[in-house]
Amino acid sequence: MKAFAKAAVRLVAAVVVILALSILGFIGFASRSEIPAITPAQRGSFDASLIKLGSELAAVGNCATCHTVPNGKLFAGGRALSTPFGKIYATNITPDPTSGIGRWSEAAFTRALREGVGRTGEQLYPAFPYTHFTLLNDADVHALYAYVMSQEPVARATPSIELSFPYNIRTLIAGWKLLYFKDGRFKPDSAKGEMWNRGAYLAEGLAHCGVCHTPMNALGAERKDKHFDGNSIEGWYAYAINKDPPAPVHWTEDALAFYLSHGWAKDHGLARGPMVEAVENLRSVPGDYAKAIAAYVASGMPEGKTSARIQESAAGKETAAIMKLTSADSLTSIPLEANSDMGEKVYRSACANCHEAGRPLPFGALPLSLSTGLSGPTPQNATNVVLYGLQPRPGERSPIMPPFAAAMNNAQLEALLEYLRTKIAVKQAWPDAAAYIRKARDPATMPALFPSPGIQKAHSAQGSATW
Amino acid sequence: MVKLNVNGHTHEIDADPETPLLYVLRDDLKLNGAKYGCGLGQCGACTVIVDGEAAFSCVTPILLLEGKKIVTLEGLGTAENPAPIQRAFIEEQAAQCGYCIAGMIMRSQALLQKKPNATEAEIRSELQPHLCRCGTHMRIIKAVKRAAKIMQGKAVNEAAL
Repeated sequence: MKAFAKAAVRLVAAVVVILALSILGFIGFASRSEIPAITPAQRGSFDASLIKLGSELAAVGNCATCHTVPNGKLFAGGRALSTPFGKIYATNITPDPTSGIGRWSEAAFTRALREGVGRTGEQLYPAFPYTHFTLLNDADVHALYAYVMSQEPVARATPSIELSFPYNIRTLIAGWKLLYFKDGRFKPDSAKGEMWNRGAYLAEGLAHCGVCHTPMNALGAERKDKHFDGNSIEGWYAYAINKDPPAPVHWTEDALAFYLSHGWAKDHGLARGPMVEAVENLRSVPGDYAKAIAAYVASGMPEGKTSARIQESAAGKETAAIMKLTSADSLTSIPLEANSDMGEKVYRSACANCHEAGRPLPFGALPLSLSTGLSGPTPQNATNVVLYGLQPRPGERSPIMPPFAAAMNNAQLEALLEYLRTKIAVKQAWPDAAAYIRKARDPATMPALFPSPGIQKAHSAQGSATW
Repeated sequence: MVKLNVNGHTHEIDADPETPLLYVLRDDLKLNGAKYGCGLGQCGACTVIVDGEAAFSCVTPILLLEGKKIVTLEGLGTAENPAPIQRAFIEEQAAQCGYCIAGMIMRSQALLQKKPNATEAEIRSELQPHLCRCGTHMRIIKAVKRAAKIMQGKAVNEAAL
């Protein structure tokens, strides 16, 4: 007995020592050194062309989207990001020496972007997409630094994180990184062209498309096995942009490039939800950013043919003819539920007036047989758009869709969605539309709303042949 | 037959259920406050309040509206006894041709019911969908701010509008 007790004590002691050593080792591994503070650089000390490049890169990287509160000072931080684990706030990245990053050297800035470690050595939450920014090359980081450090310093303290235990322990982020983060610059694929590689560098790195378009696991890491497979974010659904996108008309490289730089595409409709911010940023920069991203993303999408029904629709044929084709197509036609009689009436009297008018996009409405909102995996986006419409962009030309939240009750909207889904998209009804509708209406869970994309060239938006 | 509750009264409407509310208001009920502008929900002239929320009556078929409470400009006040929001628009002389004003008033009313202390930024953002070709926007914004004060029984500080 005594020997056994001694052995047990020894075993426990050994386990304790190993555990302690592991914890110490982990802390050692997790702790990163402080990079000394610098005297803030003179705002005028950076080369103008470098600053310009940096401003373009910052737009493509959507930096301001998180690091600026709506109508707030640029890059002064404070925008809350809700995560399943609680709230965190985007930091002040103006060159203010106390509340911003004015005392960060370029080395500290680079380490934050590429390794997710702050100047004093603190681990940064991966809501800051260093998992993507790690791909950035030296020249681009250099330009971003010049641009950020040339902005107006704003004294505005970033609110503290509001995360539950244990997510509030920053050291643990090092463990998360062990599992899900790989430090490393972009490596071009020599088998592909220059444009493709530039697009891959931008889409996977700076533009961090996967943050919205790739599903996440329970710990908020993008699932490598589901790259670009679509994901629900901020109350919207970011569609799959891989080999199985839900768009009725297949995307082409040209259509995608146009969409990314204009906020709409002829056969696909308008950007909405969080994507509006991405396209607003892309349309603000000159050059081939959108084209390169399109070249890369489109290369992963299918090329195959679209159905005859959809081709007719895309060609702008009389919608009546398309509707006839739909109902005559007995192979794909799905029987109406009891609801759909109501749904059809609502569609005819509230939607068709614009959606069947045949006026060209972006100010005319999309024929709904082309709508990805209706052919997508969830009713989330269609629900949001019917309820809240597409709101005008203040001070700019932008398309408007009237909201129907006041006019339609949940049952009416459910009937409408069922009709649109089964008779216009010709797909199986969404089983859970009612739950989506309730969630989209509830102020606690409603989607983030964004004004519709601004349209730069109203003169050519009137159906001229060039579009 | 569709039963509509407009300005507190129930009406039996003998019209196709797919008829837009605007036509029923103007043609059947002779309530001409809401105006026909674009017919596509793009200009705001036809705005009424449905269950407390602003809605474009030109794109709202009456079949959606049974059991809901509809309020039009006529339901707010009269020429003799204008509602606070109407008084404010008159005091600011916010109308020029006036065609858009009924819609502007209805959306502003809905806004102030929800947010009695709406900021200027909120007023501007809320009125974005409304077009005014005369350019009386600045007076309209002042009128809404004035209405907010009147509704809360507060003194109107002219300089602060």
